[in-house]
Amino acid sequence: MANDSISMLNDVLQKDEGALLQSWVDNQVSSPTFRPDRTSRQELSDHSRRFLALLRDAVKGGDADIMSPSWLGVRQMLDELSVSRAQQGFSPSETATFVFSLKQPLFDRLQIVVGTGVEALTRLWPTNLLLDKLGLYTTEVFQRGREQVIIRQQQELMELSTPVVTLWDGVLALPLIGTLDSARTQVVMESLLQRIVDSGASIAIIDITGVPTVDTVTAQHLLKTVAAARLMGADCIISGIRPQIAQTIVHLGVDLGSVVTKATIADAFAIALKKLGLSVQKVQAVPRRRDESAAADVRQSDDRREA
Amino acid sequence: MERIPILKMGEYLLVTIQVDMHDRLAMTLQDDLTSKIVSARAKGVLIDISALEMVDSFIGRMFGDIAAMSRVLDAETVVVGMRPAVAITLVELGLSLSGVRTALNIERGMDLLRGLIESRGDGAGSAE
Repeated sequence: MANDSISMLNDVLQKDEGALLQSWVDNQVSSPTFRPDRTSRQELSDHSRRFLALLRDAVKGGDADIMSPSWLGVRQMLDELSVSRAQQGFSPSETATFVFSLKQPLFDRLQIVVGTGVEALTRLWPTNLLLDKLGLYTTEVFQRGREQVIIRQQQELMELSTPVVTLWDGVLALPLIGTLDSARTQVVMESLLQRIVDSGASIAIIDITGVPTVDTVTAQHLLKTVAAARLMGADCIISGIRPQIAQTIVHLGVDLGSVVTKATIADAFAIALKKLGLSVQKVQAVPRRRDESAAADVRQSDDRREA
Repeated sequence: MERIPILKMGEYLLVTIQVDMHDRLAMTLQDDLTSKIVSARAKGVLIDISALEMVDSFIGRMFGDIAAMSRVLDAETVVVGMRPAVAITLVELGLSLSGVRTALNIERGMDLLRGLIESRGDGAGSAE
């Protein structure tokens, strides 16, 4: 049965390829899923011609299983098409329509060979299945292409969102932004510890102002980071705890133990300076040249913040 | 048999772990160190693990044990130079070594040790 349908398909593709291509492309262009903003008739026609040529080669092999080696060319072409369409922002159905729109022109031609009636329907059935499989294959690849995009974005987000900044000689700050899951904790921990080694810092401030919620898991991750930094010989201060988060931590019964916590990063920095034996003092206002007094103003405003 | 050398510098003992630790070596180190603390009347022990690349739960616990033993023998212990990977491994193993003092490098560790012993005074007991 399958062989019969394959050989029929083969005949049609051999004899009538030009006209088939023509009506297939017409069909695609007139379909509501055609996107003139993303693709052109010329491009569609190129793709369709390539697909038909590859399909003809595959059908010649006489195998109806699209995963078999003789279908490799067709699969590669569909891979390429789906991935590029996924990146261009086509929807899955728009992508799958590329294959499904071939059905009508192809079946019109096959019907001339098999005629009408119940028997004709059974003879057409395997070809129908074949095209369905190709269409589903397109959707699957499309989905995979989208997932790759998402994974790449996740990785980039992860790298972007974990900067370690030096506040003072020996004081590092780690402003955390976004949810803290296990994968991010790993990255955060590694980059913080590496910076502690590189800079020889003895105090690290972890600022969680940008962390939207703190649940038991997040708290666990924070404590782990603090413990690891302590093992390396650096003290950790957690700052930027918003009132709601303080309430959540207590309601959840999370024990932050001996970790030093501060409401703002300014308080944490003040403690860090104190531990290092440094202090910030107000500069006595003395008459000086204009550019110097501007610098002094900045220093004074810094002092006020620290006080 | 392989042994980790224990150097005496004044009232401090200096242990530098240069090889990968295995269990028997760790046990030997514990024995040697405790007897050396007693014989040298040491007040502080500095363990440098900057060359240690791999650590398991046994070795992790050993550091805690050594610190506890030294405390019983009236000596302070500071572990210095832990690598980030080792620190992460220990934390993931659930060993935060809360009884062990740590420092980033030998210099800082020595300062810490000196401070601890000074603040303790003449056998006053509690540190800091």
